Amino acid sequence: MGMMKKKAQPAYSRPGDAGIPQAFKNGNAITKISFFVFGLGNLMNRQIVRGLIFLALEIGYFIYMITFGIGALGDFITLGTATQGEVFNEALGIYEYSAGDDSMLCLLYGVITLVLTAGAVFIGCMSGKSAYCTQVRIEKGKPLPTFKDDLRSLKEENLHAFLLSFPIIGIICFTIVPLIFMILIAFTSYDHEHQPPGNLFSWVGLDNFKAMFSQGSKLAGTFWPVLSWTLIWAVFATVSCFLLGMLLALLINRKGTKAKGFWRFMFVLSVAVPQFVTLLSMRTIFNANGPVNVILRQLGVIGMTESIPFFTNPLYAKITIICINIWIGVPFTMLSTTGILQNIPADLYEAARIDGASAPTIFRKITLPYMLFVMTPNLITSFTGNINNFNVIFLLSGGGPDSMDYYYAGKTDLLVTWLYRLTITQKDYNLGAVIGILVFIILATLSLITYRRTGAYKDEGAFQ
Amino acid sequence: MKAKRIIVNTACHILLAVLSIIWILPILYVILTSFREESGSYKSYIWPRGFTLNNYINLFHGNTNINFTRWFANTLVIAIFSTILSAFFVLCVSYVMSRLRFKMRKKFMNIALILGMFPGFMSMIAVYYILKGLGLLETGILKQIALVLVYSGGAGLGFYMAKGFFDTIPKSIDEAAYIDGATKWDTFLRITIPLSKPIITYTLITAFMGPWVDYIFAKVILGNDSSYYTIAIGLWTMLEQEFVEYYYTQFYAGCVIISIPISILFLLTQKCYVEGVSGAVKG
Repeated sequence: MGMMKKKAQPAYSRPGDAGIPQAFKNGNAITKISFFVFGLGNLMNRQIVRGLIFLALEIGYFIYMITFGIGALGDFITLGTATQGEVFNEALGIYEYSAGDDSMLCLLYGVITLVLTAGAVFIGCMSGKSAYCTQVRIEKGKPLPTFKDDLRSLKEENLHAFLLSFPIIGIICFTIVPLIFMILIAFTSYDHEHQPPGNLFSWVGLDNFKAMFSQGSKLAGTFWPVLSWTLIWAVFATVSCFLLGMLLALLINRKGTKAKGFWRFMFVLSVAVPQFVTLLSMRTIFNANGPVNVILRQLGVIGMTESIPFFTNPLYAKITIICINIWIGVPFTMLSTTGILQNIPADLYEAARIDGASAPTIFRKITLPYMLFVMTPNLITSFTGNINNFNVIFLLSGGGPDSMDYYYAGKTDLLVTWLYRLTITQKDYNLGAVIGILVFIILATLSLITYRRTGAYKDEGAFQ
Repeated sequence: MKAKRIIVNTACHILLAVLSIIWILPILYVILTSFREESGSYKSYIWPRGFTLNNYINLFHGNTNINFTRWFANTLVIAIFSTILSAFFVLCVSYVMSRLRFKMRKKFMNIALILGMFPGFMSMIAVYYILKGLGLLETGILKQIALVLVYSGGAGLGFYMAKGFFDTIPKSIDEAAYIDGATKWDTFLRITIPLSKPIITYTLITAFMGPWVDYIFAKVILGNDSSYYTIAIGLWTMLEQEFVEYYYTQFYAGCVIISIPISILFLLTQKCYVEGVSGAVKG
């Protein structure tokens, strides 16, 4: 679909910017028909190749719909009617499985058909628009762009369509279609009791959401604590890494500090190690019998048989995870802030020093505001990244220690790791999808508001 | 005044030294343990009783379950292909968003932002079934292709970093090129790309690191097919209950081995990374 966009827009003409409704309203009969018979307007005016491409796409779509698509849409509404069953085969004298409907596939093919239909509608609009442009050009007596001109325009005013087409196809296949699919699952009964192909699942409306929020249920009793820990974690992880990383960068960049490169190297080393290696080693290092406990035993801080429950006590586990995250995150922030810190105009500092400001005041009044201005988008992305920080939690504590009060969650589980458990371990796909949607709602409201307020978004052209 | 400055400077250096030790010690422990002679997992002491290279040697003479060489090669191949693909996607999208003005631009950026807010592997199950539907989960090789597609398919959404960099390249350079008769495509290839080495390197590194770090997608797509594992799942397997007693020291050896090339790569390109973050043309 992205591919077609480039061909649909006419070469070297302004009417291409006309809106779809305008094109439909002002178009002549042929233009209007072109919205339904793709490429007609182009074919009638000797833009054969462009017209044929449009037409071929439409024919392809209808062949798909007739052979497969319409049936898929029907199944999409019912999510399958025939349950897989056992049928006694008299000839062989055994029970055989009769193939039932697979609700999962019904849903998937339904979504794919819907997306293809949306694509067809889009191409239809493009066809109509293209026909309208041709019409306007003929009325004005301008020459019509040939197919060669169309191709050439891809390097010039339609370069965006050319460059974006492949990435967008990738995004549609691997992000958008799966997302629609998972969002729809939140409204079905696809849990561990309704596993296709053995069983069917069906549409249940908002039942899953109601279950998640109903007072006193085990699900709600899990959701709220997990949510609050997720938020606490995200705030602590983001703020601590940002502040400490910046302070570290300042410390290294100080005028008085010798061997700046050496210090930087010491910290960069830990960034260079692949993160999951760090995480897995940290997990063993803080193990009940790991080196940290061994050192503490030998120093006499704890008894020889005792160990500090770094990952088995809920509170300790939370603190340990935040500390380890600082260990991982601070060098990253140090690296990315070093350059920006050097860009702060030196005369600002000079003026402050002449006015007799102390180092903390300078930090509070100049460095911090400047950094906040530049880094806000970064901070937001790292905040959302932390809410979705699967690796750190999963590889360090695995969400544990587990709690009997929770519905298959542990005390350090974030919403995302809980989502993982619900889907992969527990097969409650519908609940997993509900959590995914809720995470999205939280993030969307948080970041869309803040992000749109930042200077970097408003005047992105400020530096150009 | 001078005395005070000396005290402050010394204090800062001591602080830095302490912090560096905290940051270096875990790495040191990993390296030490990778050379430890005694097998078995956790010990009641830190400093190994004896040193050996066998952990490294055994790693490459693995049996069918623990085939480190194979995992390493798998990950490398997957990483190279997904790097090429995702770098291409990211650079295309970020250039378009930074330099070209068209109707859907703001909308696209908002959609990208919104899509980025869904938990990445929420769609994993669906991706799994789509790949299965495409027949990409039949054999091991196909699974690896599937993994490359999964890693790079949505890469176009991560354009913010590179876009920020392109934004800092003065537009007047582009305009000069247009006046000389260059098309936008030429400008992209001949002017923007050569000026963007730091951010290209940055994009390449981040894309390259993905497959080495990712556990979850690889696990879901590769399933139990241990000869097609990537490094991350492989090393994780070594720490599982049934293997940990036997493979504990080899696990650390494996960690060291994969950290070395990645660290070197990272340190070499650290300069580009910092430059990439801070912009193209410095005032």
